Amino acid sequence: MLFAVMSGFIVASLIPVLGKFIRTKWSVLLTALPACLFIYFLSFIPRVAGGEDLLITYQWIPSMGINFSFLIDGLSLLFALMITGIGTLVFLYTTSYLKGDLYLDRFFGYLSMFMAAMIGIVLSENIFTLFTFWELTSISSFFLIGYNNTEKPSRVSALTALAITGLGGFFLLAGMALMGNITGTYSITEMLGSGDIIRQHPTYYILLICIFMGAFTKSAQFPFHFWLPAAMKAPTPVSTYLHSATMVKAGIYILARFTPIFNGDPAWNYTLMAVGGFTMLYAAYISIFKSDLKEILAFSTISALGILVFLIGLGTAGAIKAMAVFIVVHAMYKATLFLITGIIDHETHTRNIFELGGLRKVLLPVAIAGLLAMLANSGIPPTLGFIGKDLIYESTLSAPVFPWLLTIAAIATNVFLIYSSILAGIKPFAGKLPQQFKNIHLPSWRLWVPPLLLASAGFLTGLAPSLLEHSLFYPVVNSIMPGTEAMNLKLWHGFNLVLLLSAITIGTGILTYLIFKPAPGKVNWMEKFSKYTPQNIAYRASVLFRKIAVFVTSSLQNGYLRLYVLVIISFLTLLLAYKAFTGVEIYIDPSRISPLTSAELIVMLILIISMLYTVYTPSRLSAVAAMGVIGYCICLLFVFYSAPDLAMTQFTIDTLTVILFVLVLYRLPKYINYSNWRIRLRDGIISLLFGTLMTLLAFMVYNEPTNKSTAQYFANNSYTLAHGKNVVNVIIVDFRGLDTLIEITVLTISAIGVFSLLKLQLNKYDQEL
Amino acid sequence: MKQLTFKATTYFLLPLLLLFSIFILLRGHYLPGGGFVGGIIAATAFVLHSFAFGLRRTRQLIRVNPRLLMPFGLALAIFAACLPIFQGFPIMTGLWLDEPLPVLGLIGSAFIFDTGVYFVVLGATLTIIFSISESV
Repeated sequence: MLFAVMSGFIVASLIPVLGKFIRTKWSVLLTALPACLFIYFLSFIPRVAGGEDLLITYQWIPSMGINFSFLIDGLSLLFALMITGIGTLVFLYTTSYLKGDLYLDRFFGYLSMFMAAMIGIVLSENIFTLFTFWELTSISSFFLIGYNNTEKPSRVSALTALAITGLGGFFLLAGMALMGNITGTYSITEMLGSGDIIRQHPTYYILLICIFMGAFTKSAQFPFHFWLPAAMKAPTPVSTYLHSATMVKAGIYILARFTPIFNGDPAWNYTLMAVGGFTMLYAAYISIFKSDLKEILAFSTISALGILVFLIGLGTAGAIKAMAVFIVVHAMYKATLFLITGIIDHETHTRNIFELGGLRKVLLPVAIAGLLAMLANSGIPPTLGFIGKDLIYESTLSAPVFPWLLTIAAIATNVFLIYSSILAGIKPFAGKLPQQFKNIHLPSWRLWVPPLLLASAGFLTGLAPSLLEHSLFYPVVNSIMPGTEAMNLKLWHGFNLVLLLSAITIGTGILTYLIFKPAPGKVNWMEKFSKYTPQNIAYRASVLFRKIAVFVTSSLQNGYLRLYVLVIISFLTLLLAYKAFTGVEIYIDPSRISPLTSAELIVMLILIISMLYTVYTPSRLSAVAAMGVIGYCICLLFVFYSAPDLAMTQFTIDTLTVILFVLVLYRLPKYINYSNWRIRLRDGIISLLFGTLMTLLAFMVYNEPTNKSTAQYFANNSYTLAHGKNVVNVIIVDFRGLDTLIEITVLTISAIGVFSLLKLQLNKYDQEL
Repeated sequence: MKQLTFKATTYFLLPLLLLFSIFILLRGHYLPGGGFVGGIIAATAFVLHSFAFGLRRTRQLIRVNPRLLMPFGLALAIFAACLPIFQGFPIMTGLWLDEPLPVLGLIGSAFIFDTGVYFVVLGATLTIIFSISESV
């Protein structure tokens, strides 16, 4: 199991080594990864359908309750199958879509990483591993959206998506940490059992907001939806995989996963219904005014996500059923439509629906896939989409509040969605073939087979819905609402209200399309409102934010080291002064002070003389040398107070520091007296204050009752446990060895930092871009 | 004349200082010393050499790029830290040979770890100082 989840990361880490190999036609071999995982997860179906929940735990940090534990129940299995199933097709598709691309290996690396992270999200049973995987999807999505990194819009979109989903991730972490705090466990299954405690806790509403923020940003709900259309700058396989079928559903997954805790609380249900309902209607409406195929699909995806959130908000067993079916339906038809768009873009180099037409004559299998996907999208029988739509109507009609209002909202959404599905699935293939597309040929089978397969699957499962019902849908419902009665999915329910509503929807949708024909003028009309969109507001906020950041940074860090030191010291002084102001007790016991020896006295004298010399000398080099003397004096003090290790290190470090200073100062002009008496006075006062306060601090430390148990332990055990007589060194390399390991890592990083600052001419590189 | 004295002194000081740094590294477990100080002393030796003979000569003398010493040292330290895992102990458990080796004395995983520290410090110090002195 652990291997199955990690396999994507393993493959991704092998990619740099195998890069050359993958860029050739052998890239097809990578398809085996999602395919094998798909089969692996299929093998769980019988057990999960039998009502079994599999919990597999690997210990990670058991002392903190953080484990790699994976839960396979109906909900996670459905998502895992979707991720790997569509993943297989997308991998296959990509091998042809990006054939010959210079960085194909990199692309597959990100894609495998993303897939693994996504599987990790849906299988994680521990909130911390869930969060880790959650962030990994945001990061891999960033790289995938910005894949064409030489184009500025790509980079901007990638950054937007990262900013929004990163913000959400932050909230999610907060929400989950709160939940962990309240329940005292980080295991999701254990949390689900303590819904009452969570709901009655004073921080409940903060927690709820955090979870909402996490889910809404990831699943592109209004007003955070705008990152999704922007993310369409990514290559089409990415849009298909991340931004319609899987990643954006992570938010849905979180909401569904925690439904048992929150369901029934009005704050939860009404918020989800309101946000989901508004998003589905708004995005569906916007989608019919778009002219770019991918944008149409992006907005209809947002709308579909809205429907899912809305259904979770309804919270009835029927609505959860509808959600389970609709997730699958949507994944199948939307992925198909995206893949088709990719083919059209690949062959005709345009995605503008006003330029496209008649492509059925040259791309027949693609046109068939488009038609099937459109049928599923519109919910026309006998597709699975029809069943999904029926279930939605059923659940809105039986909703506890405003059943008619909700039903009308659902119908309106579906009418718009039918309109946009005709735009995306039929319009490019219908009508006359423009002259410039006459000599298009059907591309490689690897491009057109995946969408056709997906579309046919959506069509065939509609004919025999009971096939999926027991194996997939019912376990989902059962894992969210245990004990729900078995579902009975049928294509034909007889003549009833739902069927009538369905017929009305389909009829209105098609009629609207025929009467209200798409035209470029309408698209332009909508553009006028772009000023008031959340996207624009967020953009302005980010610009303002950047301006403030630039102002703060440039005023605090102006590039002069003296200012940096001044800021740091003044801040510390203020902090210490505040502490001193609040009251400090200082009592010095004369009997504990050892008498001053003559050696110490001499060292102190030298110290003071060299300090004065440093301040008053007119030459830079002698100031540095005097600083060195100060350092050596401190070393001597260390020696007096029996800290030879410290003295030794200080001695060598001081030597090196002087060398470094000399290296740098050697090239500077001779001393110029650029600081006037005012600056000197200011610096002097600050130094004096700081020195006084440090002295005060030293006395405070002296007064604190010391706890010597740790020191005693180290001293007693250094020889018996670690075979060392030098306690300091034993602490460094053994007792606190991990600290040292981290310290030398930091040292390495800082050395690399110095090196890259001085050696890599990044400025030149920036100007070229 | 001054330059000549300096060069001649450095000529003899370099091996002496390097030996001294290894001595400091070795004795660290029982007496004041250790990888950190040892690394800095070794770095000082090379810096001294570069002052006397020029950076190019020093780089030739070291042969490997000092930057590479950092990952080498880190790898060594991580290796020492992970060594106990293969024997079923938690990470960073000190392992020791039963018999002391000639010259080196009793050797354990802590010594390998300290050697890693030595190389990281040496590499980092040299990288920083060489980068600065090459760019001013």
